[in-house]
Amino acid sequence: MAVMINIKNISKQYKDSDYQSLESVVLQIPQQSVFGLLGPNGAGKTTLISILCGILKPTSGSFEIDGSSSVQNPSEIKNKIGVVPQEYALYPTLTAFENLMYFGSLYNVPKKELKLKITDYLTHLGLSNFMHKKVQTFSGGMKRRVNLIAGILHNPKVLFLDEPTVGVDVQSRATIISYLKELNKKGTTIVYTSHLMAEAEDFCTDIAIIDQGKIFIQGTPKELIQNTPNACNLEEVFIALTGKNLRDVV
Amino acid sequence: MWFKLWQSIIKELKLLFRDIGGLITLFVMPIILVVVVTSIQDSTYQSISASKIPVLWVDHDQDSISFRVQEELEQSQSFILISKLDSKPLTEEVAKKEVFKGNYQMAIVLPKDLTGSLNIKVRQNVDGILDEMGMSTTSYEPVEVPGKEIRMYFDPATQTAFKNGIKNNIDKMVARLESDAVYKTFEEQLGGSGTQSFNNSFISFKEIVPREKNKDVLPNSAQHNVPAWTLFAIFFIMVPLSINIVKEKNQGTYLRLLSSPTSNSILYAGKISTYLIICLLQFYAILIIAEVVFPYMKLPQLNLSATKIVLMSVLTLTAGLAAISLGILLGIIAKTQEQSAPFGATFVVILAAVGGVWIPVFAMSETMQVLSKISPMNWALNGYYDIVLRNGSLIDIIPEMLLLTLFFVVFITFALIYDKKKRSI
Repeated sequence: MAVMINIKNISKQYKDSDYQSLESVVLQIPQQSVFGLLGPNGAGKTTLISILCGILKPTSGSFEIDGSSSVQNPSEIKNKIGVVPQEYALYPTLTAFENLMYFGSLYNVPKKELKLKITDYLTHLGLSNFMHKKVQTFSGGMKRRVNLIAGILHNPKVLFLDEPTVGVDVQSRATIISYLKELNKKGTTIVYTSHLMAEAEDFCTDIAIIDQGKIFIQGTPKELIQNTPNACNLEEVFIALTGKNLRDVV
Repeated sequence: MWFKLWQSIIKELKLLFRDIGGLITLFVMPIILVVVVTSIQDSTYQSISASKIPVLWVDHDQDSISFRVQEELEQSQSFILISKLDSKPLTEEVAKKEVFKGNYQMAIVLPKDLTGSLNIKVRQNVDGILDEMGMSTTSYEPVEVPGKEIRMYFDPATQTAFKNGIKNNIDKMVARLESDAVYKTFEEQLGGSGTQSFNNSFISFKEIVPREKNKDVLPNSAQHNVPAWTLFAIFFIMVPLSINIVKEKNQGTYLRLLSSPTSNSILYAGKISTYLIICLLQFYAILIIAEVVFPYMKLPQLNLSATKIVLMSVLTLTAGLAAISLGILLGIIAKTQEQSAPFGATFVVILAAVGGVWIPVFAMSETMQVLSKISPMNWALNGYYDIVLRNGSLIDIIPEMLLLTLFFVVFITFALIYDKKKRSI
């Protein structure tokens, strides 16, 4: 299968830090996969996603997304990716529509097309009656859905989601996952981090488990479960590989 | 690019105008500040009987010199002389106590035999001179005459500038009285008719003020204060602007902006354009208050022509750019609103102090005068005064505009480079 994201020996050590947050990470993410990046707190998931999204620079190494190099064509990469951060990356005093108009404009989506898309996506995700209400009045699930729409307005080839369903109710989570599956069927590669193992097992086609800045293991959920002794599900695979100790990171 | 820029401006304007607290900080507070300061300072431009300063007067001389000093102080319309408290004549001890307690601003104590001693001393000096010239009509026998001291007590809280002003005035008065005494004594000794008047000064002072359309342009408190405090309001914009950037960093929207293909320059251009509009709106709001509301409050009008308003608008844009660059830099460096807000507010106060908004630059120490030369508020204030008070044209304010624009370029460049380096670490 063609490779959509090719990560070549990415390392990252933050200033004033004694350890490396990422250590020579090598990873290939197949095209049109739903790729789960799983790991305990402080494993390096968010750091890796931030580097791939262009928010942080790696200490060493490079990557390619859809053939565009992070070293030679960084701005080309940004046109091809969409980001759904863990925080509600929305302006609370703007309405859902206003937020999406602004974020969509940053990706060169033409005005008329943008308005149509916003209306379409908000309707699809059950928010058509709230599009002109301020985001600060929304519930967590509603904010997550607007957060998601802001990341896909420009039809990205790759969508990075950092814990997209954290803190939301069951119905909202189901809606979001269902929508992401639809997006994936239409050709979008999804890179997804989560602490919810059951969700990852159901949703992801490929998984990599990362801990202490290194990729431990990679494969389909079925392969990982089969290859881990006494593991019946992904959660047991995860604990077997990363241990039961608490991970408190400063 | 234009669509992105336009959407950025719309977003910033909506964020600003939906923040009531922010609007009050940006528009209402500066207007209140200008009105209050102009009202307070307006009295210093006028000679009003209501603002006479009560002075405790202890006259141990009770003779012509002390009577003349008293007469001149009362005629100056600036003082009310009080010689009794609780119906009892004032003593030096009581006067000193009252002043040091802060009940009165100052006390003047004239020593006993001031007139007598002065007359003896002057006579001796005149006799001495005439004796040397062989023209003395009386025998010259010098006698030791101890000097006399007029003692002044000031409330410790009195400002030095006020004290120096009073001392200089009394010093001038006494010097004139002394020279009058000398002239009179010469006249007596030389047998003059006593009809010459020495009270009128040969050298007089006249203030020549700028003229506009054949009329004297006399500066009023509005013309001094409105430009100064308008600048204060403009530079205060660095507080809400820095908070805006810090909020964006902390609420996650910054991540979305960083991961988008839109360059930082466009993102900041949106903020710069928006806050420049706000600076202009602040300027016009204060201008409207000064032109329309001030007369109803019995405060002087600005009396600006259309040309001056245009020139001031252009200068406001460059001052706004300088202020915005500081706000952006502060927003990029600060990690929390608790860092950016107090620092920004204090920094604006320092800029105002160094810039000559409170105390004129020429009255500052040498070190502060050097510092004021690098203050953007000082450049802008000079530009405003060139227009409002010195009848300057566009050519006269070009140096200030260039400095302010250069300031903006340097600080914005530094801010963007710092931001990029911070994210590379």
